[in-house]
Amino acid sequence: MSVADTDERGCPTMGGPVAAKGAAADPSAFVRMEDDGFAHLDLLVRGARCAGCISKIEKGVNAIAGVKASQLNLSTGKLSVSWTPGEADPGLVARTVVDLGYQVSPYDPGEAEVERDKHGRFLLLCMAVSGFAAMNIMLFSVSVWAGYSGEMQNPTRIFFHWFSALIAMPAAAFAGQPFFRSAFASLRKGKANMDVPISLAVLLALGVSLYETIIGGTETYFDAAVMLLFFLLIGRWLDHRLRGQTRLAAQELLSLQSATANRLESDGTVRAVQSRDIVPGDTIILWPGDRNPVDGQILDGKSDVDMALVSGESAPELVQAGAQIRAGMVNLTDKLVVKASARTEDSLLAELTRLVEAGETARGRFVKLADRAAQAYVPIVHTLAILSFAGWLMAGAGVHHAILTAAAVLIITCPCALGLAAPAVQIVAVGRLFKRGVLVKVGDALERLAEVDTVLLDKTGTLTLGKPYLVNAGNISSNDLELAAKLARTSRHPLSRAIADLAGPGAVAKDAKEIPGHGVEGIVDGVRIRLGRTDWAGAAGGTEQTSGLWLVAQGQDPVHFLFEDTLREDAATMVAGLAARGLSVEMLSGDREIPARAAAAETGIETVLFGLTPQEKITRVETLVRDGKKVLMIGDGLNDAPSLAAANVSLSLASAADASQAAADMVLQGEVLSPVLAAIDISRAARGRILQNFSFAAAYNVIAVPLAIFGFVTPMIAAIAMSSSSIVVTLNALRPFLHKNRS
Amino acid sequence: MTALVYLIPVALFLALLGLGAFIWTVKSGQYDDMDGAKWRIFIDDEQDDNIPGE
Repeated sequence: MSVADTDERGCPTMGGPVAAKGAAADPSAFVRMEDDGFAHLDLLVRGARCAGCISKIEKGVNAIAGVKASQLNLSTGKLSVSWTPGEADPGLVARTVVDLGYQVSPYDPGEAEVERDKHGRFLLLCMAVSGFAAMNIMLFSVSVWAGYSGEMQNPTRIFFHWFSALIAMPAAAFAGQPFFRSAFASLRKGKANMDVPISLAVLLALGVSLYETIIGGTETYFDAAVMLLFFLLIGRWLDHRLRGQTRLAAQELLSLQSATANRLESDGTVRAVQSRDIVPGDTIILWPGDRNPVDGQILDGKSDVDMALVSGESAPELVQAGAQIRAGMVNLTDKLVVKASARTEDSLLAELTRLVEAGETARGRFVKLADRAAQAYVPIVHTLAILSFAGWLMAGAGVHHAILTAAAVLIITCPCALGLAAPAVQIVAVGRLFKRGVLVKVGDALERLAEVDTVLLDKTGTLTLGKPYLVNAGNISSNDLELAAKLARTSRHPLSRAIADLAGPGAVAKDAKEIPGHGVEGIVDGVRIRLGRTDWAGAAGGTEQTSGLWLVAQGQDPVHFLFEDTLREDAATMVAGLAARGLSVEMLSGDREIPARAAAAETGIETVLFGLTPQEKITRVETLVRDGKKVLMIGDGLNDAPSLAAANVSLSLASAADASQAAADMVLQGEVLSPVLAAIDISRAARGRILQNFSFAAAYNVIAVPLAIFGFVTPMIAAIAMSSSSIVVTLNALRPFLHKNRS
Repeated sequence: MTALVYLIPVALFLALLGLGAFIWTVKSGQYDDMDGAKWRIFIDDEQDDNIPGE
């Protein structure tokens, strides 16, 4: 939980909470000059949801003098701005958007992502080309089939076959690339993936058909081959889109971890630079709200710092000159001057990112249902095709007829259901979950979630709201609350924010000044008031060790504000629901024993581990995984990010730190936990649906393959059987997940 | 039947035009922001009539 991240969400146009006015990072370092002679800047805008947001942001930015064009992409949240070099100030662009109520970070599109975008477009092009070819070849094929009984003369048929070949060959050569390349790569590693039988079927079908066309035969498979590509490419593209939307968001979140830093130059000026350009020895200025980009030592200043990254708890710590400060900590109250002691890639944050990546690589070993099915399926299909070839040869049918039969076997068995069924079901399930408030970032996360048997829960920010709430509000008069709020509104400290949130927007005290580590001081109606620690505020008799604040106004009794982190309202319901689904539940907390046990007792969790460091959390996750458990990790803090990545499947919350959202497979959108149960139910239903589709495909093969082997399958039957099986599989995926509302 | 000799190329040419149009939409990035497009229809295009009223 970092304070800077808690209240940034919501669409200002639709009346959601307006983002706290953060310091808009100076994006100058991210401006790039492009060949068209204009300066370009990509900004990541968060909080934009609707037409009002688009027009407000684009109009606002276009109104800046010098800006040539701006475009907001709502799918990715990227705002691209271009202007004539020197005529517009990039800092002004960022500030304009921030002033409209949105969070802005400069954004550097990595090479990997550009590559991904290109691949998506390429798949779409392949789909279009194969679709075009399939439809036009069908035009000829249907005519040929219709004329089988002798109405069509041989020359006409051969003419039609040649036209089909003319369309099919280049179309398949282009649209088949995704499959051919993947098959080739997999064969070179000595393995056979799904794309091997697909490529083989397409190539064989085309080869045989071309031969038939040349010798003037009657049976060609051009239509079947191209249609196969078309259906499979639909599945591929759906899969890519699903993956893209989500992974993109994850990468962006990770990439904007303190993307810019304010470096103090030797001539005394402050310049915004990309964090990765900082070298040891550089002096950095950290304003309140800034995230520290590199490990370093504080040269000057005194401030409260959010240490969530290291301790996992959101209570800030006071630091001053001489203290070490790690990357990823957020400065809360006052300006700090920091001397960098490491580069970004050697800093703690980078270390954390590496742990996350390591976890994700490990998770990459998860074998998808479709791939598992393929592993069983591919050898059988190949063996059958070879056997039918050999069988027909031995039966004395001649090489030509034997090859034709083998090709028919390959085409008729071609695993459309495997290529199309899984992505179609996933898209539908992900859509359903999105409506219930769960954003699924990775397609196969649903498959992993369906297998889960152990659930690990973080405490602070996950079971609890992770924010201090005023617990003795009943004992505080509204006057005192308003008085305290006048001071609190000027501060970023979590306790101040709690008071300010409760009191709502309003006036602030004159000359309010924050003294780091102590509190806020100001003058209201000519009276000096202080809000802060017991000893500093001057509350006599305040001997308690509580995390409370005292409000002291001259000539009045001090008022005590008591805070506590409260449980989410449906935390106990969710834990009970998990148990009802046969899952074992454990709590992993970085907090001390007493609060951890209290929260566990209240929610009904029996196994509690407390006082854990991030490393210990990972160890616990890894131990369970090694024991063969399928672990679901639910957490929110930066310190949870590595364990989220290490678990079989992970879930994070909308209020969670960026890195955690990036590391998790799914993100809960609201403040409630019960959608977790819906996610588990729907994932299990989706898994069932995928298995149904596979069974259907298998059943269809049991009927069709013998027909193909014994030579009863004409090209027409192959084409019809293949497309109808694809359509059945897709319709089955779209069928609603009915009986799934047991919550 | 000889009509086929030119009718088929004509039909193919028309279909190719359609394919070309689709490829153009892909290349010009019209599928890059599927979420934004559905909202943009609600935005009044003021650039066209911004002179007299204001």
